[in-house]
Amino acid sequence: MSEMSKIVRTISNSLFPFIMIYGLYVIMHGHLTPGGGFQGGAVVASGCALMLVAYSSEWVFKKVKESNLSVLESIGAIGFISLAFLGIGVTFFYNFLVGSNLLFGEIPPAGPNTGNLNTAGLLPLMNLSVGLKVIAGLFAIVAVMAFVASRGMRKK
Amino acid sequence: MKNARNLIAVIALAICAVFLIFSSIMMHPFGKPSDSSMDDYIISNAQNETGANNAVTSVVFDYRGFDTLGEATVLFTAVAGVIMLFRREKHE
Repeated sequence: MSEMSKIVRTISNSLFPFIMIYGLYVIMHGHLTPGGGFQGGAVVASGCALMLVAYSSEWVFKKVKESNLSVLESIGAIGFISLAFLGIGVTFFYNFLVGSNLLFGEIPPAGPNTGNLNTAGLLPLMNLSVGLKVIAGLFAIVAVMAFVASRGMRKK
Repeated sequence: MKNARNLIAVIALAICAVFLIFSSIMMHPFGKPSDSSMDDYIISNAQNETGANNAVTSVVFDYRGFDTLGEATVLFTAVAGVIMLFRREKHE
C-alpha cells in the first residue's frame, strides 16, 4: 500500500493537529464535560489512523515503533492500577485527593456551574492514564493490521 | 465416559435454565420505574464527594472503578491478541 495522492496528504496534514487538540481536550476535561479517557483516546487514535491511510504503514512505522506503542499502553495500565492502589488505606479506588490542597484537590460549588479544571482529585489522572492506554492500544491494532495487509498485497 | 459428560452438560443446562426462568419471572413490570434511591444519592452527592462536575465520569472512575478496570483489561487483551496473531506473519 503506497501513499495516497498529494491532495489527500495535504488535507490530512492540515486536519491532523486539530484532531489531536480536540482529542486531548476531551481526555483532559473528562471530569467537566461529556467524554473521558476512552472517548478522547478513540478520537486521537482515529487521527493517527487518518495519517496511516494518507501515508503508508511503512511511513508510520518509520516514525513510531510498534514496541514503543506496547510500552505506552502498559504504562497506562500500570498507572491506572497503581492510582487505584494509592488509596488502599481506605478502599481500593479511594479518591484521596479530593478535599486536599494538592493537585486537583478543590471541590466545586454545588449545582450547575462552569467548573474548574483543578477539581475531582484522582479522576483527571485516571482519565489521562486510560486515554494513553486507549491511544496506544487502538493505534497499535490498526497499524499492525495495515502493515501485515500491505505486506500480503506486495507478495502477490 | 461420554455418558458422564452428557449428564454433566444436561445438569449444567438445567441449572442455567432455572436461573434464567426465575429471573425472567421476577423481572419488574414493564413501564414501571425501578427503585431510584441510588440514582438520587449519586445525583445529590457526586459533586460533593468526588469533586467532578461530570457525574458520569464520577460513576465510571470512582463509584464503579472496578468496571473500568475490567474494561481496560479487555482492551489490553484485545491488543495483545491482535499483535500476537500478526507478529507470527512478520517472521516468515
